[in-house]
Amino acid sequence: MTRYLLSRTAQALLVLLGAYTIAYLILYLLPGDPLAILLNAAGRDIDALSPAEIAEARRFYGLDGTPLERYFELLWNALHGDFGFSASKNAPVAQLILERLPQTLALGGLAVAFSIVEGVGFGYLAASVRSPVLARFLARLPAFGVSLPSFWLGLLLIHLFAFTLGWLPAAGNDGFRSLILPAFTLSLYSAAIYAQLLIRGLEAASREPFIVTAYAKGLTRGEVQFRHAFRNAALPIVTLVGLQIGNTFSGAVLIETVFTRTGVGRLAEEAVLRQDIPVVLAVVTLSAAGFVFINLLVDLLYPILDPRIDHASKG
Amino acid sequence: MSIRPPLLSVRRLSIAYRAGGSLVAAVQNVELSIGRGETLAIVGESGSGKSTIALAILGLLPANARILAGDIQVDGGSSVSMADVETLGLRGRIVGFVPQDPMVGLNPTMRIGGQIGEAVTKASGLHGRRADAETIALLEQVGVDEPALRARQYPHQLSGGMRQRVLIAIALAGNPALIIADEPTSALDSTVQKSILDHLARLAGERGVALLVITHDLGLAADRADRVLVMKDGRIVEQGPPRAILTAPAEAYTRALIAAAPALDGKGLFGVRRASRPAGGELLRFEGVSKRFPSPMTGEPSRASTALDNVGFTVHAGRTLAVVGESGSGKTTICRIALGLEKPSDGRVLFENRDISGLSWPEFRPLRRRIQLVQQDPFASLDPRFTIAECVVEPLVSFGLEKGKGLQAAASRLIDLVQLPREAASRYPRELSGGQRQRVAIARALALKPELLFLDEPVSALDVLIQSQILALLDELQRALGVAYVLVSHDLSVVTSVADHVVVIRKGRIVEQGPVAEVFGDPAHPYTRELLEATPGRRSAALVAV
Amino acid sequence: MVDDSRSELSTARLRLAAGRAALGRSLRPSLRGAERLGHLLRRPGLVLSLAILAFVFVAAAAPTLLTSYDPYLTVPADRLAPPGAEHWFGADEIGRDLFARIVHGSSLSVQASSIAVGIAFSAGLVLGVIAGFAGGWTDAAIMRFIDVLLALPSLLLSLAIITAIGFGTIPVAVAVGVGIMPGFARTTRSEVLRVKTLPYVEAARLGGASRARTLLRHILPNSCGPVIVLATLDFGVAIIAVAGLSFLGFGAAPPAAEWGTLIANGRNFLVTAPWLSLIPGLFVMAVVLAANHIARTLEDGRP
Repeated sequence: MTRYLLSRTAQALLVLLGAYTIAYLILYLLPGDPLAILLNAAGRDIDALSPAEIAEARRFYGLDGTPLERYFELLWNALHGDFGFSASKNAPVAQLILERLPQTLALGGLAVAFSIVEGVGFGYLAASVRSPVLARFLARLPAFGVSLPSFWLGLLLIHLFAFTLGWLPAAGNDGFRSLILPAFTLSLYSAAIYAQLLIRGLEAASREPFIVTAYAKGLTRGEVQFRHAFRNAALPIVTLVGLQIGNTFSGAVLIETVFTRTGVGRLAEEAVLRQDIPVVLAVVTLSAAGFVFINLLVDLLYPILDPRIDHASKG
Repeated sequence: MSIRPPLLSVRRLSIAYRAGGSLVAAVQNVELSIGRGETLAIVGESGSGKSTIALAILGLLPANARILAGDIQVDGGSSVSMADVETLGLRGRIVGFVPQDPMVGLNPTMRIGGQIGEAVTKASGLHGRRADAETIALLEQVGVDEPALRARQYPHQLSGGMRQRVLIAIALAGNPALIIADEPTSALDSTVQKSILDHLARLAGERGVALLVITHDLGLAADRADRVLVMKDGRIVEQGPPRAILTAPAEAYTRALIAAAPALDGKGLFGVRRASRPAGGELLRFEGVSKRFPSPMTGEPSRASTALDNVGFTVHAGRTLAVVGESGSGKTTICRIALGLEKPSDGRVLFENRDISGLSWPEFRPLRRRIQLVQQDPFASLDPRFTIAECVVEPLVSFGLEKGKGLQAAASRLIDLVQLPREAASRYPRELSGGQRQRVAIARALALKPELLFLDEPVSALDVLIQSQILALLDELQRALGVAYVLVSHDLSVVTSVADHVVVIRKGRIVEQGPVAEVFGDPAHPYTRELLEATPGRRSAALVAV
Repeated sequence: MVDDSRSELSTARLRLAAGRAALGRSLRPSLRGAERLGHLLRRPGLVLSLAILAFVFVAAAAPTLLTSYDPYLTVPADRLAPPGAEHWFGADEIGRDLFARIVHGSSLSVQASSIAVGIAFSAGLVLGVIAGFAGGWTDAAIMRFIDVLLALPSLLLSLAIITAIGFGTIPVAVAVGVGIMPGFARTTRSEVLRVKTLPYVEAARLGGASRARTLLRHILPNSCGPVIVLATLDFGVAIIAVAGLSFLGFGAAPPAAEWGTLIANGRNFLVTAPWLSLIPGLFVMAVVLAANHIARTLEDGRP
């Protein structure tokens, strides 16, 4: 088990390094002169600078030296918590992110919790309904959830609950009340996906021979559904939550923009608009780190949930 | 005759399935009753409706099934419409159920003890320690070793036979008056099957529980039941005590079933079934072949699991050698090594005195025209996107032997050879039945005119009557083409009907080999005797012979 | 071992058994063309979905067939006109017809989504087939690369690409395509792996078929089904992703407007003219629903 834990952790770190490398390659080595882009982000035009000034700017942004040297320098700095300097915000990137991270964590965390509760609750309900007509209708609803553009749903909810009904604030980040609409908006897509998977899983489980065994014991429909079908159908959702969490959090880019909240997502959006490369690299790396960590956790927890997976024997 | 009313009687039962907008009859006007302590067997092929009856009594029909008519009466009570069977609450306390496949019949994510305890609690209201004690007692009764340990384990940690015992414990937990067993052992090896059926019969006898056994195997039904009920296409064809059914079958269908079960047809299992033919020259020889697979635990070959251990035998041209063994005996590994899909760890495989065990894939390729394979599952061995004609001539195309018109002619010739209708050429595999598909697979294997054909459980996925048709076809083809067979099977009755020589294999070692009549007529090894005794129909054959 | 013919418990098998009993042992007839059409007409959802996608593709190819309004013509008098007979979907803040703008926007949105799915499909298919068929070291290397891509949330991966190559319809399409590619590679690989071990592939190899023949005639045709389903499903995903990126302002430069841009423009008038945002959004939703529905139908209909 210890061996499994260590090898799994090492794998996770390698994936993270790979993710950082790919982000670096995209941002610094794709066509387009990073120096020009960065100077532009700082509000200066490269054509207006003298060669000496360009050389100095190149040094300032860490763009002197070969791409490989730069890669290791940036990596070394990142490992020490230094993600460079944001030209557009005129502040260290690490500081910018740290300031805004709590807002995004609260939003994303609440959205993840919402999505699990909504998705699992709805899926279970849809599969428990006795009327076949109603069951078919409920089973089709999540398809709408998957097809809704989240930013548009946000606007719709603002229109309904803020402007028309006046129940909740339309924008800003002051307190829990301002979190409800954006978190719900962010949660709906994942919730719909979980509900679809659970409905399918419960349906498939209901055809499993062991369900017949359970019914033959004299158990009621509810007992069979809860004790036998649900556990088996819910296992894949654990994996899916891990995979989907990255998408839920990164959806904050759109949702923080719609609800004009100051968070990391909004920071990323502004950074892309101003082509502020160090900020984008930092946000991408941070999200990959979160994704890798959550999925490492899911992997380590899974054997506890599913007795068939036994890592001790796999070595 | 008892004056007491039967435990359970079903009258005028008709059930249909909705399939693609129309109703397809599955059970038609079936009447049956079971007395207290009686054992009734329903025998039929797949699609005969036998399982549908079991599920209807349990109130567990799938959603697309519809009960068209029928009443059920329990213990002399009032007649209730079969559609309302769920409201009777039969499940658990009155009727227990032992499902078909123990590998999938238990919840994989729940401990054994919990799954039995749940049934105990439901039936007797016991909780906590007292339910646990009852659970352990049940496990003990069904013959599970170390019951306290097993109760804490999960299904995947138990063997198939052990799981089936657990399922029997679950069925017994409610102390039912009737246990319905749907093909309770057809997924298990015959020796395990025998000990489980013996055990089930003994427990039922001790407790006075009635048994309703559903099976495709007439021999098994005749061995075990007080009364046998033969079903075909949703109707009861014939019923009566086993002896009457076997000795004086009234219906042609029953006679065909008996004829298809070599253990039952009066000649006994070991009568010489085929005229002996002159042995041809030596074709294939295994010399001290061993195969070790690297252990999945450590990956080290030194502590590997041994699949084959010093196996040697000879196949002669134009003759049939059968390899008999239970699951895990290594019989499939023999096939794979001979076909160059695996390399032996030790020993040699000689084809016409040439060592072929070390050949690379391209070096082996010319030999593929002389050694071919028919696979086990005809539902998976044909590419669903190929027409039947394309399937059978594919080897000719791969070897570039025929083109255009010649290919069409070859397809027709091969389809004729396996006695399929010509129209089949343009059909797709999904439009064919299992037996027809197996004929296609045989045609494909014969396309290159091989001298040696490996048959890997060629009929185990098919119904009994279809089995005997396919075996007859194989026999005919051998006479016509002089092709040698290596037949791999777990089923002794299949082996006796087509083989000349037999090799009995157990845990990778050959325990006995020789001519079929000798090995099975006078087995030298206790394991061979055990296998023979476990073959369903043995007891009944004695009945018939009297 | 589960013997297929002996097991009757599951519904599907019961249906199979029932069908077999009814039709006897003879060859079963195949579905005729007229029957297929009949099946189609009995599914209004499918017909509607096909109609919606047809509308969108016509709008993309020849927008003037569907609307006579010029999407760029400003009519100050019609400023923020509500939906009605004259302007079906209303008019925007400078009096441009919203229906015309949606129809003309189709071209950019459909183009971007198609390019995105095309990139993801072809790159994913190649990577997945190589990984699944070659196995061993090659497989491990490709799949580690895919794992790394999957660790980057697709929206952020898209943002990084846009930062590097700039704004516009094509960059957005490329960014979205790279973001959804890993899913294709994984699905293709797992299908190839599944089909590779099936008995009929082994039979073909034993019948002397070369590796190339096995791959092209057996493995690819039998593994492409789920990949095509995924492509249809991901057309919907791509529509939403493209709309999201243009909503953020990374798409085509004004006055050209993709669907996302229209939603973003309407934001400022959410109180006074909510339809400016809501109608384009409904339109996006309808297209995505249609793609999903067709994907599901394809999935259910596979043999």
